[in-house]
Amino acid sequence: MKLHEAEARELLFRAGLPVPDADVATTAAGARAIAERLFASGVAQVVIKAQVLVGGRGKAGGVKLAGSAEEAESTAATILALTIKDLPVRRVLVAPASTIIREIYLAALIDRTTRGVLVMASAAGGMEIEEVAAKDPTAIVREVAHPHGGLLPFQARRLGFGIGLRGELLKQFCVIATGLVKIARESDADLVEVNPLAVVPAPDLPGGERLICLDAKVTFDDSALDRHPDLAAWRDADSEDPIDREAREQGISYIRLDGSIGCMVNGAGLAMTTLDLVTRAGGTPANFLDIGGGARADKVAAAMRIILADAGVKAILVNIFGGITRGDEVAKGLIEARAQQERIVPMVVRIVGTNAAEAAVLLREGGFETAASLDEAAEKAVALAAAGGGK
Amino acid sequence: MSILVDQHTRLVVQGLTGREGGFHAGQMAAYGTKIVAGVTPGRGGELGLDGTVPVFDTVREAVEKTAANTSCIFVPAAGAADAIAEAAASGIKTIFCITEGIPVHDMVGALAVVQQHGARLIGPNCPGATTPGLNGLGAKIGIIPASIHLPGDVGVVSRSGTLTYEAVQSMTDAGIGQSTCLGIGGDPIIGTTFRDALELFAADPATRALVLIGEIGGSAEEEAAAWAGEHLKHLPRVAFIAGRAAPEGRRMGHAGAIVSGASGRAIDKIAALEAAGFKVAASPTELPRLLIEAGYTKR
Repeated sequence: MKLHEAEARELLFRAGLPVPDADVATTAAGARAIAERLFASGVAQVVIKAQVLVGGRGKAGGVKLAGSAEEAESTAATILALTIKDLPVRRVLVAPASTIIREIYLAALIDRTTRGVLVMASAAGGMEIEEVAAKDPTAIVREVAHPHGGLLPFQARRLGFGIGLRGELLKQFCVIATGLVKIARESDADLVEVNPLAVVPAPDLPGGERLICLDAKVTFDDSALDRHPDLAAWRDADSEDPIDREAREQGISYIRLDGSIGCMVNGAGLAMTTLDLVTRAGGTPANFLDIGGGARADKVAAAMRIILADAGVKAILVNIFGGITRGDEVAKGLIEARAQQERIVPMVVRIVGTNAAEAAVLLREGGFETAASLDEAAEKAVALAAAGGGK
Repeated sequence: MSILVDQHTRLVVQGLTGREGGFHAGQMAAYGTKIVAGVTPGRGGELGLDGTVPVFDTVREAVEKTAANTSCIFVPAAGAADAIAEAAASGIKTIFCITEGIPVHDMVGALAVVQQHGARLIGPNCPGATTPGLNGLGAKIGIIPASIHLPGDVGVVSRSGTLTYEAVQSMTDAGIGQSTCLGIGGDPIIGTTFRDALELFAADPATRALVLIGEIGGSAEEEAAAWAGEHLKHLPRVAFIAGRAAPEGRRMGHAGAIVSGASGRAIDKIAALEAAGFKVAASPTELPRLLIEAGYTKR
């Protein structure tokens, strides 16, 4: 689950890390009120940022400066009317515009290779870390946090020295780096990224500079959301497609694609393979769908509803290799689903493994088109889709 | 011979009294696996598996009383990482974790305990391993259906569950048997990687060819390929990679199966495997034919 910038900022703020004095508005008048407060506190300019979960919002006109409360109101109105990459802008973040001296990159993330929480820092902030890695891999310094103790003080110092920080800024950096790892561990985030971590003027501090987390990206581990009801409540249900929500609530792993062959499979690897073979046979998959292990008839029927909600689906391929999942349960679910559904779409069913013989009887009685091998099933589905005007 | 599981395995099932644990323990025992103990905190003193297997409160007790040397974990996700750590800290050297959906930060901590005790973890979110044998003389740990196997000399290692069944079934249908089939799991953080598994197979004289079944996400297939290119030149080796048609940036079911930017793509994994002398199949059904083409001969 990805967080919006506003909630990511809130998470950092709660952890005591330096973030802009910002707030969220859903209306232009609300944005004006925040801007008025900021201007009254001595801010010279505010920035208004669309809260959408896609990259490139700046280029799409979703991030704009304003020099007065009136301008903030009209700018917010414009941004709130935008749709960025199919996502309507429902909220804006209003923050003081900062004078940036330079930008740093800092992130804590779950890393497969080191099998730990990896902390990465780079003096080249502001751009995507992949770009930095491609241009100059030596510009990124790394530490793997202690598996039980988090980022240890010497590790934080090594990172800070590694990107050329000294004195007051180094101290602040260590607090922030340690804090990001703490946030990741305590809130079960698999990514906490601050980019940019900005060096801004601070006339009252020795050295005259300080660090502030200007923008942050946080994603939570979906497997751990149950134990963080407060964080799960931040899920942006508005921008979640209703079909995606039904799939999530049913425990079905579903990803909509733009082809014409709906796929229902048990197991993620086999589901990916089914898409590959449909593509290889000249067809286009309409979705990835994994009903999971041990699915019963009602879950199969729900999966069928989800697939058929996509009007682009011209044929359906059901591919089940029974292990924990029982083939006859799947067959019953398919029969049940067909009795309920309004739209009839040609279907090819392949069920092997546990209780495949019982499934075969049910499918034959139900008049379903079947296939013995996965390759054959893919070819039949492609032919059925083509006959129905899809491909 | 075989890897990780055989007739010397003395298995403790953590979560034996649960629905999944109980059912699969029965399947494992029927295939020939020696199940010596169950562990469910608070249920010590009971008997599981139709009254034949003692249940203990702690893994330590199970090890002391039954000399268990291997564990299979069916504990629900919230407690599974702790179960892994308990097994390692109790002297179990080979730990299979079948549980899906373990919070990834829990795994970071559990894996550190496993390494500290010099144990090996397989999984989590894996189907387990089978060393096929006939007439109740095989051994299997986990949930792979016994019916798909044929005893033989081809080692199989995979990140997936049902896709492995598909591949193994196609081998069995073609009369090609397996030395051991191992599922390493589809999570981002796992105990035993492809490369680790290849090292185990390389040391097993009974394994005369290899099948690797990977998928998009991460770079474990590339790392294994690089190692195999140097150390496994003597073995016929074939592979299949799922996710050629997967779009970028979407998590394809498995927590670990995601293409991000230029990393984790099927095309790069296939290229790395081919460069290391693997024949890469376009469908799992092609694996038996490719094995023969790679020089494997049935005994």
